[in-house]
Amino acid sequence: MITLANVRKDYASDVRIGPLDVELPAGGITALVGPNGAGKSTLLTMVGRLLGLDAGTVTIGGYDVTRTPSKQLAKVVSVLRQENHFVTRLTVRQLVGLGRFPHSKGRLTADDERHVSDAIDFLGLHELEGRHLDELSGGQRQRAYVAMVLAQDTPYVLLDEPLNNLDMRHAVGMMQHLRRAADTLGRTVVVVLHDVNFAARYADHVVAMKDGLVVEQGSPAEIMRDDVLSRIFDTPVSVVDGPHGPVACYF
Amino acid sequence: MSTTTARTAGTPDADAAPARRRRGVPWLLLASLGVAALLVASLFTGQYDVVGADDGAWMFAVTRVPRTVALVLAGAAMAVSGLVMQMLTQNRFVEPTTTGTTEWAGLGLLAVTILAPTASIMTRMGVAIVASFVGTMIFFLVLRRITLTSSLVVPVVGIMLGAVVGAFSSYLALATNSLQYVSVWFAGSFTSVFRGQYEPLWVVLVVLVGIVVAADRFTVAGLGRDVATNVGLNHDRVVMLGAGLVAVATGVVAVVVGNLPFVGLVVPNVVALRRGDDLRSNLPWVVVLGVGLVAACDLVGRVIIAPFEVPVSLVLGVVGSLVFITMLVRGRRRG
Repeated sequence: MITLANVRKDYASDVRIGPLDVELPAGGITALVGPNGAGKSTLLTMVGRLLGLDAGTVTIGGYDVTRTPSKQLAKVVSVLRQENHFVTRLTVRQLVGLGRFPHSKGRLTADDERHVSDAIDFLGLHELEGRHLDELSGGQRQRAYVAMVLAQDTPYVLLDEPLNNLDMRHAVGMMQHLRRAADTLGRTVVVVLHDVNFAARYADHVVAMKDGLVVEQGSPAEIMRDDVLSRIFDTPVSVVDGPHGPVACYF
Repeated sequence: MSTTTARTAGTPDADAAPARRRRGVPWLLLASLGVAALLVASLFTGQYDVVGADDGAWMFAVTRVPRTVALVLAGAAMAVSGLVMQMLTQNRFVEPTTTGTTEWAGLGLLAVTILAPTASIMTRMGVAIVASFVGTMIFFLVLRRITLTSSLVVPVVGIMLGAVVGAFSSYLALATNSLQYVSVWFAGSFTSVFRGQYEPLWVVLVVLVGIVVAADRFTVAGLGRDVATNVGLNHDRVVMLGAGLVAVATGVVAVVVGNLPFVGLVVPNVVALRRGDDLRSNLPWVVVLGVGLVAACDLVGRVIIAPFEVPVSLVLGVVGSLVFITMLVRGRRRG
């Protein structure tokens, strides 16, 4: 379980995220949704200790994020930012291998190699493992990054908009990979999603943010309602029944 | 990760990673042999007849061997320094001469020469190293301030910093009547390398070992602060470590040989072009080609206007700037 207690980040005197008091359940997929600038990425990066807190505490599976040594946290939680522009030319396998750094400090053991192979296969990258990242399409590269954080073998995986720049097919594929990571590997996946329909279809738990605060949370069924979504996104939304569950229409 | 995911049928786990490396090994061996041949040529190139003359063996031991050892150590040091700097700044155009590091080493040397003309070579080396480190850290601090990570802004900032420091050095030299010393230093050359003078260069071996040990840290740091933090690595500490190692290498080379431009730029880029950026597996290549480049340029400098010599820095400057411009043009076409 990830617990945020009175967490705050001040950007300017009038722009602040928080105070956030929220519990994200262990297991399954938790989706963070909300309009632009709501603070979803800030929350995620604070939980993943990429961004310092100005107040409050974050605990992940019992570890206090600000007090636990970074090395130790790297075996508990992995986090992937939205924008990843690597100048470095690595092969897929080399990149995924770096995910094993917390365990092996770079010198991969046979066990590490197995984890790397598993992560690569899990995301269907076996054919591409010898390719350099700059020779991949955007969707393949995104999968390689996710393979890296999965190879890190942490119970908690945080992803900031992993569907960014992916077309329909790749976005759906990515969510299916994450679903399987939660179901078959038992990972707790927290993911920032731009499109609330992806959250409705694939998440177990939805946390909605607006103006730096958590305004709603619950099961997809509880969030996928006209009045709730319209209030969160400040725009008229109607939820209709689709073939796989509720679909938000906002065009 | 659990083993529930099935491995693609029949592929043994072990052969997946080293499969590509097999092809590289004979090439590396060939390259090493080629560089070794250059070094042998370096041993026997020069005006003095080391084979025929009575004191030939003595001359050989006092000048030719030190010069060749210095080529190896300095070439490796500058090439590897460039590699580490490029990782830490995530920028392909960075090396000790485009970050101001070399100019700082020069300023440090000049300061010692003015303040303590009788200082031992170890003192001079120490001051040059400290000055290089300070300069490199200043570069990193400035870099952190500018959010424009456009690949060309970074070396431009470094070259500007270096120019300011270089200008200050020139003024200082002019004011203290030691301009000649500065110009000799800027024209890095192996001409004056002899027994009893080049030995500090062996420190480079310590730097190389340090870089091999920390290779994966530098690779991770090359993916940026966030990725480094994610895997539990202290990014600042890795940058400090890298800057320290580069400062030692640059400082030592500055004291013994002088300014060796472009080695750290050309070699790692050529290697990365073919092999990607895995620092650990690239290191042997960067060392071999760095030595090869410096040895080849030194040989050219020695024979082109024999019996006189052209400083190796001049030859490197010509070769390096051509490669640099080619890189820029190619990069633009690709981007």
